[in-house]
Parts: sequence; C-alpha cells; structure tokens
Amino acid sequence: MNPVRKQRLLLILLLIAGVGVAVALALFALKENINHYYSPAQIVSGEAPIGQKIRGGGVVVPGSLKRDPNGLTVTFNVSDGEGEVEVEYTGILPDLFREGQGIVGTGKLDEKRRFIAEELLAKHDENYMPPEVQHAIDKAHKPGANAEGAQ
Amino acid sequence: MNPELGLFALILATCLALLQSVVPLVGSYTGRLRWMNAGRSLATGQFIFTLLSFSCLVYAFLADDFTVKYVASNSNSLLPAIYKVTATWGGHEGSLLLWILTLTGWGQVVAMRSGKLPPELSARVLSVLGMVSVGFLLFILLTSNPFERLLPFPPQDGADLNPLLQDLGMIVHPPMLYMGYVGFAVAFAFAIAALMGGQLDSAWARWARPWTTVAWAFLTAGIALGSWWAYYELGWGGWWFWDPVENASLMPWLAGTALMHSLAVTEKRGLFKSWTLLLAIATFSLSLFGTFLVRSGVLTSVHAFASDPMRGLFVLGYLMLVVGASLTLFAFKAPEIRSKITFNLLSRETLLLVNNVLLITSCATVLLGTMFPLLVDALDLGMVSVGPPYFNMLFVPMALMLAFALGIGIMLNWKKGTVSWLVQQLRWVFVVSALGGLAFGFMYGDSFVISEALGIGMVFWIVLVILKDIYNKTRNANGLFAGLKKLKPSYYGMQLAHFGLAVTFVGAAMSGGYSEQKDLRMNPGDIAELGEYAFRFDGVEQEHGPNYMANAGTLTVFKNQEKVATLHPEKRVYAVQGMPMTEAGIDAGLTRDLYVALGEPLGDDAWAVRLHIKPFVRFLWLGAIFMALGGLLAVSDKRYRVRLKKKAANKAAVAKGKARKGKTAVAGGRA
Repeated sequence: MNPVRKQRLLLILLLIAGVGVAVALALFALKENINHYYSPAQIVSGEAPIGQKIRGGGVVVPGSLKRDPNGLTVTFNVSDGEGEVEVEYTGILPDLFREGQGIVGTGKLDEKRRFIAEELLAKHDENYMPPEVQHAIDKAHKPGANAEGAQ
Repeated sequence: MNPELGLFALILATCLALLQSVVPLVGSYTGRLRWMNAGRSLATGQFIFTLLSFSCLVYAFLADDFTVKYVASNSNSLLPAIYKVTATWGGHEGSLLLWILTLTGWGQVVAMRSGKLPPELSARVLSVLGMVSVGFLLFILLTSNPFERLLPFPPQDGADLNPLLQDLGMIVHPPMLYMGYVGFAVAFAFAIAALMGGQLDSAWARWARPWTTVAWAFLTAGIALGSWWAYYELGWGGWWFWDPVENASLMPWLAGTALMHSLAVTEKRGLFKSWTLLLAIATFSLSLFGTFLVRSGVLTSVHAFASDPMRGLFVLGYLMLVVGASLTLFAFKAPEIRSKITFNLLSRETLLLVNNVLLITSCATVLLGTMFPLLVDALDLGMVSVGPPYFNMLFVPMALMLAFALGIGIMLNWKKGTVSWLVQQLRWVFVVSALGGLAFGFMYGDSFVISEALGIGMVFWIVLVILKDIYNKTRNANGLFAGLKKLKPSYYGMQLAHFGLAVTFVGAAMSGGYSEQKDLRMNPGDIAELGEYAFRFDGVEQEHGPNYMANAGTLTVFKNQEKVATLHPEKRVYAVQGMPMTEAGIDAGLTRDLYVALGEPLGDDAWAVRLHIKPFVRFLWLGAIFMALGGLLAVSDKRYRVRLKKKAANKAAVAKGKARKGKTAVAGGRA
C-alpha cells in the first residue's frame, strides 16, 4: 500500500473507531438518563416503579396545599381527573406554582406511592399546560382515544 | 395607514427578493454582467423596504396602536418606552421580522463588499441569499403577519409584554443571536456558490472566512447573553439548563466553530474542501433547525410563543427544501472539488481534524438528546425527558479532549511535525498543567473532584501553550516588543479566542463544582451562614414599579463580621398579566457572586429565601466576550482586504477562468 493510502486508511479507521465509541457512549448515557413520565392514574394503579427517578405531574388539586410551619416542605395533591397523587417537595416553589395549575416534576416514589419531588417545573406562561399533563388529562377523559400530546 | 404601509413594504421586499434570487443567478450562467450586477441593487432595495417595514412595526408599538393584533398582544400603554421598542421582537411575528431584517442587512453588507469578488461568485452568493429571504418573507406573509389588524373592535389596552422579557438582557440577546444565525447564511451562500461554480480555492476560503468568523462572534455573544439572562432572571442561579431552546442555539455554534477551523485549513492548505462545504451547509441548516424548534411550537418555553401547526409545517418544509437542495447539489458537484494535497499524520491539519470530529460529535450528542423526547413522543412510545446528566456526561469529557487537542494543534506546524519535537516543546507545559490541576483539586474546596481538577488542568494547559507559542514566535526578533509587533491581528485574534475558552472553562469548573446553595425559611433578623458568608434577612417591603408591584427584600451580607454587600431581591407581580416574577439580588464580583432570590411569603413576615455563592461565575461570560472579541480581531487582519484586491485583479487578468491548477499561494504566515 502506498503511504498516502495507508495514511488515509489510518485516518478513516481512527474516525470510525471514534464515532463508534462516541455512539456507544451516547446511547449508554441516554439509557441511564431518560426519565419516563407517569400520570397520576398510572402511579395510583401501580404502573410506575418505586424508588426510581421518574417524571410525574398533573393539575394541583385546589385546597390540597399544606406547608410545614417550620421549614420549606410542602405537600399537595396532583390529579389528572382519574388518579390523585400526593407530592412532597422541599424548597422554593416556582413562580407560577398555583392551585389549579399544571405542573411537572422529577423525583421518586416512596413506598406509600407518594411522589417525592426533587425539582418542580411550572413554565413561564400562566396558561401553559405541560404537554405530559395535557396528555394524561385527555387520556383520562377519553379512554382509548389517542391524545395529541405536544404539538 | 401605518401598518398597511409596513405590510406593503414587506410585500415589495418579497418581490425584490424573488428577483434577487433569479436574475443574478441566470446572469451568472449566461454571462450577462448587467444581470449579475443587478443583485447588488436588489439587495439594497430589499434591505431598505424591510427596514421600512420594521420601522412601521416599531412605530406602531411606540404609538400604542392596539388595532394591530401583534401590538395588542405584546404591549401595553404602561410599558416603559424602551420596552415598547424591544417588544417589537418580543413575540413570534416581530422576531421573524427582525430575523429577516438581519438577513437583508447581511445581504446589504455582502452587496457593498462584493465589488472585489469575481462577478459570477458575487452574483451567485447574492442569489442564494435572495432565495433564503424569499422563504422567510413568505413565511411571514403567509403564516405570521405582524401587521394584522383587530378591527372593528380593537382592545382598549394591550395584553402587555411577557414580564420575563422586560429586561436589559432581552433587548440585546435576540438581535445578537440572529446576527449569528443569519450570518451563517452568508457562509452557506458562499458554499452553494462555490458548488455551483465547481471551484474552490484558497481565495474563496479567504472571502468566506471573515463572514463566518463575524457570524460566529455574534452567535457567541448572543448565547452568552442568553445564559447571563437566564442566570439573573429565572432566579435559579443556573447558567445553562440543557433546555431544548438553548441547545437549538448551541448546535449551530458547535458546527460553526468546526466550520471556522475547517475553513482555516482550506485557506492555508487547500484541504478539507468538501468537508468545509458540508459544514457550511450543516451550520446554516442547524440555524434553520433551531428556528424551527423554537418557532414551531414543538417545544414549549418562553421562546415558543404560539403553537400554530401551519407554522411548524412551513418551517419544516422550508428546512427540508434547503437541506435537500443543497445536499443534492453537493452530491453532484462535490467530486469536482477535490483536494490533492497530502499531509503528515502528526501535523496541525490532523489536529484540526480532531477538533472538527470532536465538535461535530458533541453537536450530534446534543442533537440526539434534544430530539429524543420528541422522537419518542412522535412514535407514541410514551413521554420521556432527557436530563442534564446525559449532556454533562458526554459533553464535559469532549470539551476536555477538545482543550487538550487545542494545545497540541497550536504547537504543531502545518504539514508535518515530529513526536520528539512536540514532546520537547510541550513536556514542561504538560507537567506544570497536570501538577496545577492536581494541586488545585486537592487544595480548593472540601473534596477532590476529578472533573473540576481536569478542567483547571486544561486551563493551565491552554494558557501555557499560548504563552509558549507566543514566546516561540517572538524569540528570534530583536526584543520581545518588536516580536510582538510582527505578529498579525489574526494570530492575536485566534489566541484571544482560545484564551477566552480557557476563561470560560474556569467559570464552568468553579461554578459547577464549588457553588454553594441553601433554601431556607427566614424571619426578619434571622442570620444564615453559607460558606464564609453570613446573610442577614432584614425583611420585605412593598414597592411600586411603573407597571408592577414588588415585594422588595433586603439582605445584608457579612464576612468576618464585616459588611460586604446589601442585596435587594424582589418578587414582582406584573399588573396586566398578573404574572409573578423573581428578580434576584446579586452582588457580582470577579471571584464570586452572592446571589439571593426570594421565594414565597410563609406568613408572619417570614419568607422562603434562596441563597447562593457562585465562585468565578462571571468568568463564563467574560470568556465568551474574549472569544467574540478574538473573532472580530481576527477579521480585522489586513490580508482579508489587501489580498482580496490582488486576487480579484489576478482573476480579472486570467479572465474566463480555466480552472487553475497548481498551487494557490499559501503565503501569509501561520495563524
């Protein structure tokens, strides 16, 4: 093989090896860091895994918000019209957190199927309904129908 | 009348853009000089009419013309005048108008500066720019007309601008970002024109380079501004969230950075030609893709204003047309553009290839992470989200590798180098960097954090290599000063930008690894300790702003019993939209930010308060400023202008160009 070809082959092999490693790493990282969303109905029915990091959320049930008088821990219920789940969160609530508002959070379920949230998101627009929550509500109201989800 | 005038001007601009995309192109194939030159006047006309249209919209905002639907939904008579102007690009329609204004502005500058280019090339470049604007102008006219009226019953007052956007950062962030996005359209147009002509030499690269670098500098500044805004306005104290909208701007930046480096090789060594073209296409396509992600309503965020499926379809169709057409052209024409020069495996070329591979891989990683949830959702496989750990896990190691390759790349010469020479040059730099990183890791903070130690090690590495390189380049001159004077602006620009990267690394490593945070309940008079600081909460008072009510808190910060700062975080409620907003109280410093945000009232004058100490967080944006300035400095290099003339003269002499064989001059120093 002449030196030019040899060099080119080496470069190409290096490239392929690099890309291969990168793809493998990327897929591994992806697999480790995907958070599935479970609707309150799915959490109540036991479909959602316990102790694993998931996303959960729904509409904050009016009148359910309770505050720990000494710290920053709050509890409230979220619902999708079918199931209702208790959420516990310690920290500062997002600006747009309100009863009746759709919220999504990441966290884990404890043994009592309470959602212990690490992070809560209520997006920047007060009319905004997180796509996941919209999806869950649509599903709860029209069983069997395919909800449109995010558009 | 005014809005109609604006719309009319916009329609005229569209007609001119249509002409611009056809006439010069036809001229370039039929050899009609007058047709080719028409591109310039058409570009100017298009710019003037778009500017007129944009001014009409600004005027409608200033005049509180709530018969215009867009004004009614994005402004309010109580809004301060400056925000009335910036509200022009606060919503979907107006920001598209700004996009197209920026594009025609770039077109105008290209027209002004293209007199020295071969007429065919400048005609084709302007034609391609015309095509790009036709697409966007049609998009505005067909789906997002900002001048739509609300008649006969206009509202008494407007719905106000989103409070998050009533802010200094928002005044400058979108125009900067658009300058970058759209600037890559010029690089794209140059690439397409080169493909059409089937020829690409180092003169071409020298023309295309400054445009790319300037666009990149603006995009860098735009992203940094966005990050800075998110930091102080969202009240979380984070500077990068791996939010899809942020990723949408990061991807063209990564591809654009790769393009800049690949163009350097194309100019200096006549290599990587097809790759450069492909990158130019990819960078602009990613800019369009970013626009699609943000504008189509696929994502929901502060940037995604309305979800109108028609808009999404239009941008998607447009994107596919651009990508499809340019890749087809590439497939047919790229084989004509071959590089026949070889280089040694250990050479600057190889290291720049490594740079490109790393940048493109990280770009693909970001793309995968951003698109995966959308993909899964589209296939109806459930709802997932990809968390920041995914991005950090992949992006951080690649950034570190990139920094390492950067050092070697700067040190190596073009064409060939030897291992022994490289080792001899860099061994001390390497040892000092490794020791520096280790020492830092052990001494700073409570525990050894590997990624932070590596990050700081890389900072040492980059900075020392830069110094070593400058030393190598000046030691043969008569004295340091004479040597420094001999180095070219493009060299200084490059080193400044690389230094900026190191500075950003400091910010990322320090604020990422050693930030301290506490959320707590505070009563007036309470003192909370965080790090070496003590925060005293002095209570909250009511305040009135022009269009909002605020609960303004006061915190006094002490260090070693001495007062160092008084912070005023606010919780605002904007009257019209009833929207609450957090204004963080920040004491900025070069080595640390003290950052306080108010949460919610907990009764009895107690408040939820979030305290942060962010070491070296300013370095993040400082580094970005250095990078952007480095880009601009590099462009100021004389060779981009003088050679331009010489080359054009040569071209004219050679006349109807037989494809030139042999070597194109590679003079002009390294850098």
